[in-house]
Amino acid sequence: MTAGVAGLSVVDLREVALGFGDDCLVLSHRLAEWTTHAPELEEEMALANLALDLLGQARSLLTLAGEADGRDEDQLAYWRDDRDFRNLLLVEQPNGDFAVTMTRQLLFSTFQELLYRWMVTGTEPRLAAIAAKGVMEARYHVEHARLWVQRLGGGTEESHRRMCRALDLLWPYTEELFEPTESWSRAADQGAVPPLSSIEEPWRHSIESLLVDSGLEIPGFPAWQSGGRLGRHSEHLGHLLAEMQHLHRSHPNASW
Amino acid sequence: MPAGEELARRLAAEVPDPELPFLTLGDLGILRRVEVNLEGAVRVVLTPTYSGCPAVHHMADEVRRTLMAAGFPAVQVDTELSPAWSTDRLGPHAREKLEAMGIAPPPPMGKAPVALTLKCPHCGSLRTGELSHFGATACKSLWRCQECGEPFEHFKALR
Repeated sequence: MTAGVAGLSVVDLREVALGFGDDCLVLSHRLAEWTTHAPELEEEMALANLALDLLGQARSLLTLAGEADGRDEDQLAYWRDDRDFRNLLLVEQPNGDFAVTMTRQLLFSTFQELLYRWMVTGTEPRLAAIAAKGVMEARYHVEHARLWVQRLGGGTEESHRRMCRALDLLWPYTEELFEPTESWSRAADQGAVPPLSSIEEPWRHSIESLLVDSGLEIPGFPAWQSGGRLGRHSEHLGHLLAEMQHLHRSHPNASW
Repeated sequence: MPAGEELARRLAAEVPDPELPFLTLGDLGILRRVEVNLEGAVRVVLTPTYSGCPAVHHMADEVRRTLMAAGFPAVQVDTELSPAWSTDRLGPHAREKLEAMGIAPPPPMGKAPVALTLKCPHCGSLRTGELSHFGATACKSLWRCQECGEPFEHFKALR
């Protein structure tokens, strides 16, 4: 096995970049599904902006992931089936109502910002470069999601009810955020990425303090869903990919 | 320095941004390097403002077209992420130009990264409020002046 920069093997670098790149790509697609359906014009633009940032990050990460075996970003995005995707189950969950979308964003973006912030000073220079750009964007995503969770949680009886429902629905998927794959653990040993256990506490603290401020609470049951990083997905991902990949597979290498 | 490098750098720096055409790539700090080799081939390095900025491809095409039209035999445009672009890279005139076009510029380096209040670029009032973190392009947010009632855009601080 070839050793990459900082003693990180190319296979481990690929797995790490692929998992995190797939998170960005899949969530970007989910957010893009809101286009023309958002509750107000400003939110329409906001969701599209979030999607665009994540798509840009996905492109950088998938380009890096593909270097190991000569595949480019398009081959990775359009020519893999669901079993080969390595994203978290959380990001493939359907948009649901606006409370579900914003809760999903809060849970993921808080996680992503912490990861990026750590990786900026990590030992893998290309991951660090992507993180340095991404952390500035993730900060805005977190802020946006926090404002909405606060408004919905402390809003009307109906918005509060929907926030509670969204948290119950998505909480089971948070366990997986902090479960390292073997590649992730080795990359963490090399100092390229943080040990996931080190960001769990700050993540939980950030989420919990916001929920308390918003009249909400972390669900009382444990999180238990996992498998996305190993390619075991919910059936939702297949439907998402069918839509995302259809055009490219019908017209290979089409450009405009 | 090979002949033409200064010219190539000046021409590339003067290419306008497709979304904010009154600003150039030089003003925005998007142009990172220009190198000309002994055969006259040019390599230009750009850095994106945002990871997903869709204007980068258009900028690269414009740089290529401009330099080819000026007689350079070959032009290669690459993008580089590191060090990450931030609004601290805006050139000295960028803030004035933004303000003159009715877009509130980001606070200067060293100030709070997210402005608490902005001066309305239309009437100068400080009674303004943010409508949305996200505007018509990735680099802007949407504000409104409570004094004159006009909406305006803000070139967001990114750092």
